[in-house]
Amino acid sequence: MNKIFETPLYPYARHPDADATTPVRHQAIVVGAGPVGLAAAIDLAQQGIEVVVLDDNDKVSFGSRAICFAKRPLEILDRLGCGQPMVDKGVIWNMGKVFFDDRKVYDFNLLPEEGHQRPAFINLQQYYFEEFLIRRVHELQAEGAPIEIRGRNKVSAVGTHPDHVTLEIDTPEGSYNIEADWVIACDGAGSPMRAMLGKDFVGRVFEDNFLIADVVMDADFPTERWFWFDPPFNRGQSALLHKQPDGVWRIDLQLGWDIDKEREKRPENVIPRLKAMLGEDVEFELEWVSIYTFQCRRMEQFRHDRVIFAGDAAHQVSPFGARGANSGLQDTDNLIWKLKLVMDGKAPESLLDSYNDERIHGAEENILNSTRSTDFITPKSEMSRMLRDAVLDLSEHYEFARPLVNSGRLSLPCTYDGSPLNSADALNGPERTRPGSPCPDAPLKDGFLLPKLGDKFTLLTIDAEAPDLIEEDGIEVTRLALSVKDDPTLALKERYLGDATSAVYLIRPDQHVAARRASFDETLFRAAIRRATGKE
Amino acid sequence: MSDLILTSNIEGADDFYAELLTTHEGLETADSNALNARLVLILANHIGDRSVLSQALRAAKLTTEED
Ligand SMILES: Cc1cc2nc3c(=O)[nH]c(=O)nc-3n(C[C@H](O)[C@H](O)[C@H](O)COP(=O)(O)OP(=O)(O)OC[C@H]3O[C@@H](n4cnc5c(N)ncnc54)[C@H](O)[C@@H]3O)c2cc1C
Repeated sequence: MNKIFETPLYPYARHPDADATTPVRHQAIVVGAGPVGLAAAIDLAQQGIEVVVLDDNDKVSFGSRAICFAKRPLEILDRLGCGQPMVDKGVIWNMGKVFFDDRKVYDFNLLPEEGHQRPAFINLQQYYFEEFLIRRVHELQAEGAPIEIRGRNKVSAVGTHPDHVTLEIDTPEGSYNIEADWVIACDGAGSPMRAMLGKDFVGRVFEDNFLIADVVMDADFPTERWFWFDPPFNRGQSALLHKQPDGVWRIDLQLGWDIDKEREKRPENVIPRLKAMLGEDVEFELEWVSIYTFQCRRMEQFRHDRVIFAGDAAHQVSPFGARGANSGLQDTDNLIWKLKLVMDGKAPESLLDSYNDERIHGAEENILNSTRSTDFITPKSEMSRMLRDAVLDLSEHYEFARPLVNSGRLSLPCTYDGSPLNSADALNGPERTRPGSPCPDAPLKDGFLLPKLGDKFTLLTIDAEAPDLIEEDGIEVTRLALSVKDDPTLALKERYLGDATSAVYLIRPDQHVAARRASFDETLFRAAIRRATGKE
Repeated sequence: MSDLILTSNIEGADDFYAELLTTHEGLETADSNALNARLVLILANHIGDRSVLSQALRAAKLTTEED
């Protein structure tokens, strides 16, 4: 078996930096080549920033990890130039079933809203996800972009200074030092960077263990998410079955707290459990078996001067709801354009504090949702179990109870309500596009809306006049002029105008709304641009 | 925002109360408790108004202080 996760994709090679007499200074260093670090590095390189990625390993993710990727991260990946291969390889799904005890209580169809380029969700193994990101890095390198990944380069010490950061790196051939103007720490849940800066945190540990198995089988289960509460084959606990590409199926079995992990992980114990679930005669092969406990916690601050934390290093949630990697990509989406403006001297350093504010807001939302799912899946008291079971029993008979069933509220991007970068809402428009919101996609006659917004500030006008280009203190804003007629399905109208007849939106490089009004007003929009870049 | 009704509001209150008891008749405590839990959820959904529901939850706690 020679699988992608066994192949070194960025093998160690001695770098001239290791032989320099004085440490070499880089514009940006990303610590960690997981999904979040790779996304950060690609974004930086696409903005023309020189970046070095350091990873203590040389392969993609090991073991059973993320499988479910949501629409917003796919849209971000489109901007990073690798959304399409992920969607092509991934399994698109909308349907699911919920089981309680020995019976199916209901089916669901997520019925994703029409008029979006990307599906609501795809399932894709994390190792493929990372492989596509690494391919994109290689593509950028071939185009001459200043990006490199150094495998088996483990950060072992960090020093912070007012205008730079120093890192000590251990390699198979000894250690060396390098420096960076900025460091983005994406070194995962166990983050050594966090520990080295003395910023470790405590949080809520869920006293529970989950056996996560990926099995290869030739089974005719449909492409649906199946979730069991208290099934006969795993009494008092929960279970999940979900399809991934290449005939691989994800199985989660809740095990409870007092277990012997080593024992439970042995194939002779895992296989009977899986047979009880899948049926005695289903043939399967184990790809991975891991046992996890989960935590919900975050750092108090994500920015520590010139070291900025993103992804699991900054925050962790339980996987019910698929919010880990999905929210980590929203971190870097939020951060990189700000960092670019600060590096170019076009925005004050304090703009980076809005990354802290906005993504802590996002992390809180994710932690809240993930905690609620965990409380539903594992009721903490006799009464909460009774209410939970009542919801499940009712859900079999009455539609009203189904929205209360919580086996994970699937990841949606958060709206930065109350962000210091937002200008007051001055349009009688739809809620979903109020300042702070991520722009929803819409189908246009010649393609979709989001790719046209790109990764620069945009002035989106819908049946409204405005200059084609505004420059405000170094920030260029180009106009995208549309009319409701450009979308015969009227999704554009419904999503961006509502009852209004015209609108002008100021849209940030991460495709969040900064300001909106019914018509263009030069003074107000210039103020909004200043505000969105941390200048007022 | 509506107010939670805390004055008599059920016509034929005695009949309703008898019906409630009958519904529970012959059930083990665990089954009765489960039935009550389902009933709470059904009634809550019928009311729908989040503020009325919050007032009802507070009222059921029988605490006198506000909030
Ligand atoms: C069972 C399970 C299911 C999940 N399901 C989902 C899902 O469906 N959807 C979803 O979005 N998320 C899911 N997640 C979460 C997801 O896997 C993580 O959120 C994601 O991997 C975080 O990415 P990251 O880049 O922040 O960190 P990581 O992927 O942990 O990457 C950190 C990197 O840093 C490197 N590193 C560490 N220390 C050093 C050092 N000192 N020097 C250099 N490099 C270092 C590591 O080698 C690693 O490559 C799941 C997780 C689990 C465990």
